[in-house]
Amino acid sequence: MMKTEYDIIIIGGGPAGLAAAVAAYDGGARDIVILEREARTGGILNQCIHNGFGLTRFKESLSGPEYAARFEAEVQKRGIETLLETTVLSLTAEKKVTAISPTHGVFVLQAKAVVLAMGCRERSRGALNIAGSRPAGIYSAGTAQKYVNIKGYLPGKEVVILGSGDIGLIMARRMTLEGAKVHAVCEIMPYSSGLRRNIVQCLDDFGIPLYLNHTITKIEGKDRVTGVVVSRVDENKRPIPGTEIHFDCDTVLFSVGLIPENELTKAAGIALSGGTRGAVVYQNRETEAEGIFACGNVLQVHDLVDFVSEEAEIAGRAAAQYIARGPHQRDTVEVTNGQNVSYVLPQKLDKNIAGDVKLFFRVRQTMRDCTITVSCGETVLVSRKKRVVTPGEMETVLLSQEKISSGNGQITVTVKENG
Amino acid sequence: MYDVIVIGGGVIGGAVMRELTKYRLRVCLVEKEDDVAMGASKANSGIVHAGFDAPEGTNKAKFNVLGNRMMEGYAAELGVKFARIGSLVLAFSEEDMRLLSVLEARGVRNGVEGLSVIGQAELRAMEPNVSRNAVGALYAPTGGIVCPYELTIAAIGNAMDNGADLYTGFEAASITKANGVFTVKAASGKEVQGKLIINCAGLGAGHVAALAGDDGIKIGARIGEYILLDRESGGFVRHTLFTTPTKKGKGILVSPTVDGNILLGPTAEEAEEGNTDTTAAGMAAVTASAARMCENVPLFNTITSFAGVRAYSHDRHDFIIEESAAVEGLIHIAGIESPGLTSAPAIAKFAVEELVSKHLPLRKNENFSGRRAPDAFFKQLSAEEKNELIARDPAYGRIVCRCEQITEGEIVRAVHENPPACNIDAVKRRTRAGMGRCQGGFCQPSVAEIIARETGIPLEQVTKSGKASRLLMGRSK
Ligand SMILES: Cc1cc2nc3c(=O)[nH]c(=O)nc-3n(C[C@H](O)[C@H](O)[C@H](O)COP(=O)(O)OP(=O)(O)OC[C@H]3O[C@@H](n4cnc5c(N)ncnc54)[C@H](O)[C@@H]3O)c2cc1C
Repeated sequence: MMKTEYDIIIIGGGPAGLAAAVAAYDGGARDIVILEREARTGGILNQCIHNGFGLTRFKESLSGPEYAARFEAEVQKRGIETLLETTVLSLTAEKKVTAISPTHGVFVLQAKAVVLAMGCRERSRGALNIAGSRPAGIYSAGTAQKYVNIKGYLPGKEVVILGSGDIGLIMARRMTLEGAKVHAVCEIMPYSSGLRRNIVQCLDDFGIPLYLNHTITKIEGKDRVTGVVVSRVDENKRPIPGTEIHFDCDTVLFSVGLIPENELTKAAGIALSGGTRGAVVYQNRETEAEGIFACGNVLQVHDLVDFVSEEAEIAGRAAAQYIARGPHQRDTVEVTNGQNVSYVLPQKLDKNIAGDVKLFFRVRQTMRDCTITVSCGETVLVSRKKRVVTPGEMETVLLSQEKISSGNGQITVTVKENG
Repeated sequence: MYDVIVIGGGVIGGAVMRELTKYRLRVCLVEKEDDVAMGASKANSGIVHAGFDAPEGTNKAKFNVLGNRMMEGYAAELGVKFARIGSLVLAFSEEDMRLLSVLEARGVRNGVEGLSVIGQAELRAMEPNVSRNAVGALYAPTGGIVCPYELTIAAIGNAMDNGADLYTGFEAASITKANGVFTVKAASGKEVQGKLIINCAGLGAGHVAALAGDDGIKIGARIGEYILLDRESGGFVRHTLFTTPTKKGKGILVSPTVDGNILLGPTAEEAEEGNTDTTAAGMAAVTASAARMCENVPLFNTITSFAGVRAYSHDRHDFIIEESAAVEGLIHIAGIESPGLTSAPAIAKFAVEELVSKHLPLRKNENFSGRRAPDAFFKQLSAEEKNELIARDPAYGRIVCRCEQITEGEIVRAVHENPPACNIDAVKRRTRAGMGRCQGGFCQPSVAEIIARETGIPLEQVTKSGKASRLLMGRSK
């Protein structure tokens, strides 16, 4: 008979799920299972064969699979159970998990605690309402990455990329190295949402032009893409007539944003944040549903996997603690995004949880010589100067336990340019 | 040698093909694309109209009302989702309200049951998100929704299960007649012979008629653009909402689909024959109209936009369902614009019983079985049934499309079942794999691999939608 009850069920075996499992184990939990829909763990890292992972955490540059392998080894060492090819179909607030797999069929598991680590997905072309035809040759950057790196096939030879998210930038380089010609990367915003280092290493080094304030206004081709029209946009993101540039190409890649995959979260009735599109959480990454935690890109889209691991460890430890001690009385303070800040995570602080808290946030636009302020009413808790902030790079600010307990009422994070 | 050759694998050709297999006839259908349901029957509103739009006495009025009555049973037999959700024509002024009475009276004459004009309060109770400016509506409880391409695929699959042949990638390029036998030749050189031809070629119906020597069918093309919203917005409206009709047609609608999405559209603009491009102007028109009809349309939940092309009769402005005056044995079912989907089962029955019967004896096929299991059947099974199936075939336990929760087993089945799905979009139309919010971003490579494996072709030869729509351009280094 299959085991049907666990202390901790971790949904998703990507970097977040793996790190959460290890941290939960090290926090004293033993009865843990990871549910992973693919035939192996590692999640999206498996298709990220480029280097640059782990610089923060391991102080060395690893490929995606290498980074994942380090955590897989830790999971294995601890003998943590993993069910592969297992897709979770539904979750309830009572922590009942329904899943399906080729070996076990449809089955129901009951957990005492759940860690959500389902990751995110790419926004598709369809969401953008781009005019034109719907031929073959239109891919999200991640799909193209899978074809090239996992399946060993080239999805196209003459490429235009819309969106300068990191996967798009990485794929501009990858496709070039594979012998394709990348004609342009178009970004509707006045700045790239990708990491600075990726713009340099993936575009500049290969002479690929980045068109800021530009978008694709038409896709052409009946069976396969034959070209695109790119237009400049005004400050309201509307194409400016007369600015059209035509590119002949056979492929269009989209890298226009990542969306946390929270279908299960929503179905369980767990509150989501409009800013992150992930669950609303306390600093221990517990959602408003007691005993259900969330971490990694299902909670907020991170720039680097290193931060995913760090966040997952918080959630994993907290889940172990929950198993050991059960629920506790909360003393909640809300955290909100003030001027120029698009979101702050965690959205809630529980004064009864000991320890300093790192607040994660993103700014709405690029700013220079600015000050990050964390305040509670009129009282400034933390104030820090920063040379540059951009929406493409997540910012953090540390709030000591002392400051948290000193404040009374809502905490706000704002960023303002000096002078 | 066939008794009947059906040209065109749309909802009309499909319904006719299936109707013919109820009799002891040798039947084939030729379709120019690599799959069926690639024309108007792929991209339309999917509305089973009540029947108050077309003037009394027209073919449109007659077959609409008949088709509406038949659709529930027809869809059920074929295992296709259908829901009689009712429709509402919204009025925004006194002038509109008067028009509703005209429509109601016309509907009554056409034989539509249950029509009533309702006021603002009742309308808002039925549709909480309707525009505050809507003052009343014509309620038609018999209006429904159905999935048009599923209906086409299922009818053709069922006809094949009953012995009819399907030739895809077969574009009728020449039609000759000798000694009472038609020979239809494809551009590829393939040919079929038969005693009768039923021309269900949609936009190509005029061309097909001309190939056979009949210059009397004049077909125009009118494009309609749509925006589709995520199932997350399901329930935004509960009925099909129309505005009052204009000269150009029934106007833009807001409706649930049978799969739980919300559909906005279509526009109505003259188009070149094969052009299904969406345009910025079209999408702006759709969103503007939807915003006039409803409060806070959840456009942020858009998952895709698309367009379909109506084939209408230039000179007769009605369905043409008759034997050619010029060529004996050539039966036209042409100019089948809206409400052609609704009318399909009724048109097919009429065409076979009244037109085919003039040439061929209709002897009942005792072996005919009209039932077909739904393509996307897996989700509807109980946990026990699912587990029985997975125990026999573990592929049913492997989720390939995560957004729509479609299993490998369902995809393999679609590749092998009648009519076989041989490309990504064909699998999508049968199983819904790739139809969800990520639009195939995750599952497309896996679906492509399954198609390659099951049909024994290299991955590079798998196409998105047939012909030259290859997904890949060689191996990576
Ligand atoms: C935008 C839009 C909205 C609509 N909304 C509705 C609605 O809500 N309700 C409703 O009832 N109806 C609606 N309709 C109408 C409905 O879609 C059509 O009436 C119906 O789909 C017509 O089916 P068909 O089989 O005649 O044409 P098609 O589906 O176009 O089939 C014709 C087929 O013939 C093939 N063909 C053409 N030439 C050749 C050749 N030479 N050799 C071989 N094959 C050939 C084509 O490839 C095609 O597959 C709508 C139509 C459109 C475009």
